Amino acid sequence: MSKTSEVSTGGVQAWHAAELDQGRFLIQRCADCGKHVYFPRESCPHCGSAELGWVTPSGQGTVYAVTTVRRKPEAGGDYNVSLIDLDEGVRLMSRVENVNPLALKIGQRVKARVQVADGNGRVLFDAVEGVAP
Amino acid sequence: MSDTSLKELRGSAAIVGVATFGCGETPGFTDMELLARSAHAAVADAGLKMSDIDGLCTASASATMWAMPVVEYLGLRPRYIDSTMLGGSSFIAHLLPAMQALQSGQCNAVLVCYGSAQRSAQFGRREIGAARKWMDPQPYEAPYEPMQPLSSYALAASRHIFEFGTTRRHLAEVAVAARAWARLNPEAFMRDPLSIDDVLAARMVSDPLSVRDCCLVTDGGGAYVLVRADRAKDLPQKPVYVLGNATAVWNRQISSMHDLTVTAASQSGREAYAMAGLSAKDIDVVQLYDAFTINTLLFLEDLGFCKKGEAGAFVENGGIAPGGHLPVNTNGGGLSCVHPGMYGIFALIEAVHQLRGGCGERQIADAATALAHGNGGTLSSQATAILGTAAAL
Repeated sequence: MSKTSEVSTGGVQAWHAAELDQGRFLIQRCADCGKHVYFPRESCPHCGSAELGWVTPSGQGTVYAVTTVRRKPEAGGDYNVSLIDLDEGVRLMSRVENVNPLALKIGQRVKARVQVADGNGRVLFDAVEGVAP
Repeated sequence: MSDTSLKELRGSAAIVGVATFGCGETPGFTDMELLARSAHAAVADAGLKMSDIDGLCTASASATMWAMPVVEYLGLRPRYIDSTMLGGSSFIAHLLPAMQALQSGQCNAVLVCYGSAQRSAQFGRREIGAARKWMDPQPYEAPYEPMQPLSSYALAASRHIFEFGTTRRHLAEVAVAARAWARLNPEAFMRDPLSIDDVLAARMVSDPLSVRDCCLVTDGGGAYVLVRADRAKDLPQKPVYVLGNATAVWNRQISSMHDLTVTAASQSGREAYAMAGLSAKDIDVVQLYDAFTINTLLFLEDLGFCKKGEAGAFVENGGIAPGGHLPVNTNGGGLSCVHPGMYGIFALIEAVHQLRGGCGERQIADAATALAHGNGGTLSSQATAILGTAAAL
């Protein structure tokens, strides 16, 4: 587990974003209570500890909640917005990209990947086979 | 402060003046003008003069230092100021601190006021939405372009459907009940007939919520005046006593909400009931902040009117419509009456009207207790008020 970013690298938000822009998706883990943390914080929201370090998640997760944002075809068409529970026990907003949005169901197993466009990284998910652990 | 002393505040203050102004469409008015007209009318309704007001509570969705221009505009010299901004629940959350300020003698008459020209303003929703991305960034959600706040509520609705078998028809019941109440309220903005099939056939915006599952966008202002109970007896209006009030916030982003089917209203409700010494079965009329149809279901459950997961069945067959088993959102709510950006103060004002007994066709006979519940952000903040007439003291 690498140490939390030093003062010279700025706060955790900038560190997380810079890593994403390099194609790397990191979450935090608390050295004191052992829980994973996402979105990145300067202190643990579970126990208050400042001993948060960066870890690479497995990328495996499950769709917790799902919506299809309706958009005109000429503007790019409908798209999915989901909440994903990573197997590490943290939740994040993202999109599941390889499924028709209206066919995506809660409980679907998904795998994370980082999309870098114009130098900006973001975490997306693809539906995969399997069941939640 | 211990719970014992919170209970001592029960009924210590009363709402003695209320007013709304410009609810609906009022082109040419600013937020401040709508607020000022409402404030002036509420103070007059209380039988007071603006110079009697020595406490102010207000909040704005755009101005970050809003209390200062309001003080300046109304010509106040307040000894108590609360501009806590928790979104649409703010004006219900302002109650308990104001009661403590009144009880301590810090002030004698608190004006709570709000105005928004959201529907008609030149500087409109699109511009405010764009500005908010810079002023109030949400860097872990914005990259996925949720249609905020709607998509957050849609995500919560998807989870309620998944866990409890709630249906779009149940959600539609909420919109149809609100409209049926609005049809009894001459001041409601949307009064055309609305059927379950109309809602089910409406344009989908963020599944499972259609445009008819969403609140209105209107203009409007609202205000109320709070004084100590001993003084309320000498003022012209029938006093409406604050029996309980509590506020709870657990998260800001929907992605940080622990369980999308359980809101912080379960905490604010429990604490407000404890202060009031009442429970859901004791409440005669209910006003819930219905920004979206799913809100009403979640709050019916979290505030104890039915068990978790059973709100769909609870609202079936007109359960919360006129003639149903529980009167909910008797003005037509944010869905059909009024929704100028933040609705909480209007829920509270309708509760006061019901307890005063002047609601005409929509009046709940002999209402002695009311619950008004405010929600803010994306299911982020929750504030519950329990009000009563002298009979409930």
